[in-house]
Parts: sequence; structure tokens; C-alpha cells
Amino acid sequence: MKKTIVIFILAAFGYFLAITFLAPEFESNRNRNGVKNVYLDKTVSELKTANTVTAIVVNFRGFDTLGEVTVLFLAATALGSILFKKRHHIGERTVMLPASSIVGSGAKLIFPAIILLGAYVFIHGHLTPGGGFQGGTIIATGFLLMLISYRDFSISHNILSVIESLAGILFVVFGLLGFMNGGTFLQNFMGTGVLNDLFSGGVIPIIYILVGFKVAAELTGLIYTILHEKG
Amino acid sequence: METIEVIRLGVYGASILLILIGLYAVLTKKSLIKIIIGLSIIDGGIHLLLIGIGYIKDGTAPIFSPGLEGAASRMVDPVPQALVLTAIVIGFGVTAVALSLIIRLYRHHNTLKIDEIKNLKW
Repeated sequence: MKKTIVIFILAAFGYFLAITFLAPEFESNRNRNGVKNVYLDKTVSELKTANTVTAIVVNFRGFDTLGEVTVLFLAATALGSILFKKRHHIGERTVMLPASSIVGSGAKLIFPAIILLGAYVFIHGHLTPGGGFQGGTIIATGFLLMLISYRDFSISHNILSVIESLAGILFVVFGLLGFMNGGTFLQNFMGTGVLNDLFSGGVIPIIYILVGFKVAAELTGLIYTILHEKG
Repeated sequence: METIEVIRLGVYGASILLILIGLYAVLTKKSLIKIIIGLSIIDGGIHLLLIGIGYIKDGTAPIFSPGLEGAASRMVDPVPQALVLTAIVIGFGVTAVALSLIIRLYRHHNTLKIDEIKNLKW
């Protein structure tokens, strides 16, 4: 009975979504010359950044990204405080099954390659698809692999906190340096170089590398906290 | 029907379907883990919808690779992609906090079924 009602409500909702988005007028009425062209022009001519999405995330809407990083930090803090109860026995885990030796050897073999791939992704975030968030997530998956393969693999929570805080503070410092040199928060104050060079785009690669470190440390801390949760 | 029309209908239809599937799971499922899975599916549907809105005919990725410096008129809209990047991170944070709350609830009540947890009723 309840399911029937839900299906009817969802059918009505889906019908209205469908006639909005699937109508031919939706495509033809869409404004294609809005803010998109401004961003694309400025990315090439002023910032010399190849990846427009990176330019938007780090420069045009860099303040937004600072807020996003703060939300991620807040999520990590909230998770830590919710799961804080009775976390005395660091080192033994409740949600762990022993891994086979094949998984262990394979994880040890592939772990440096995952870290290298993550570092590559966030260092080249202004040239190729990818960036700080993606690269940081890749690095965190490497640590997840090690944590589920070895029961005694441990990471110092203090080092993670130091990396995380340092990256966050340096993000704000670079924003304030732009404030002092250019006039607005997160303004690009360094030389932009040549398009498609590794050292191009001014502060964009630096800030994205900091974001990569911060995201990697935060996600690794999240995984570590959940795996070491004691009931 | 043109190919672009088919792709458009497919992408929009698939994203709307994902949103509906996620809403169905959130509204009818009894297990808390399944409700969180439903929320994640809604997230995925909305991300796909936003990316689909930014697409243009014969569009390329908004990246000025060597040889593509003059292709700005053919590039898809980069703004929804940046928004979705933000939305994915926020969705991740929401999922992480929700899962930690579920762990606490499970430790306290020894069950994940919402109709067995009396404290959730009002």
C-alpha cells in the first residue's frame, strides 16, 4: 500500500522532471553565450591555464573552493567527534577481516604506484583532467588498500593533522598574498608563463597542490577513524 | 531522430531515472544503509543532469590542449563541471557523516532497521 502511494508520487514527480528537461524547447531556449565564453576567454588570455575547470575552481571561484575545503574539514571533524567514544585501543580493529597473502603482496607492490599517480594527477591539475580533489582521493585509496591489507599498518594521526592544517593555512596565506599584491582575495600575483607548460598559471598549480595534500590527509584520516572505530 | 537527440534523451532520461530510483529507496527502504545508498544515487543522478545540461553539439572537453587552443567555440560549458566537482565533495562529506551516525545508532540499538528503533518515531 505504502509502496503504491510512493510509486504514484514518484511517477508524478518524474513526469514533471521529464517534461521540463526532455522538451525540445529546453535545448533551444538555453542561453549558450552566458558566463561560459568569458571564462573560456580569460582562462587562455589572462591565466594561461589549459584546464578551464581548474581555472574556475581555483581562481574565478577560489573562495568557493575554500568554503568547500572547509566543509570537508568539518565533515572529518564531525565524524571524528561522533565516533570518538571509547577509542582507547588504537591498533586493533573491529571491522577488519584478515587479508590473504596475495592481497598483502599485491598491495605492497601497487601502493607506491598509486601514490605516484595521485601526485601526478594533482601536480598536472592545470593541464590535464584532474586536480587536487581527484589526486587527493587517489592517494587516500592507496592508504585504504594498505589499511585493509595489513592489520598493523598504522598512520600517525598527528602527522595527518599537521599536513591538513598546514595545507589549509597556506591556502589562506596565498589568498591573502593575492589580496596584498593584486587587490582581491586569491588574485593571481605570480607570472603566468606559457600556456601548457608545467610551470604556468601563476598560483593555480600551487593552490591545487595544497588542496591535494589537504584532501589526501583528510580522507586518509576519515578512513583510519572509521576502521579503528570501537563499539 | 538525430544521434544528438538520442544521446540527449538518454542522458536526461537516465539522470531522471537515477533520481527517481534514489528517491524510491529513501522513501520505502527500512535499512539505514539502504537509505544512505539511495541518497548517493540521487547525488549521482543530479550530477549527471548538471553535466548533461552543459553539453553542446559536437562539444569537446574545456581543456586547451596543444592543438586545441582555438577551439573555444566548440567547448562544452565548464561551469556545471566545476559545480559538480564541488557537489561531489559535499556529497562525500554528507555520506561520511551519515555513515558515522549510523555506526553510532547501530552500536546503541544493535539494529539497522528504522522500524525497530523506537527513538526515531514521533
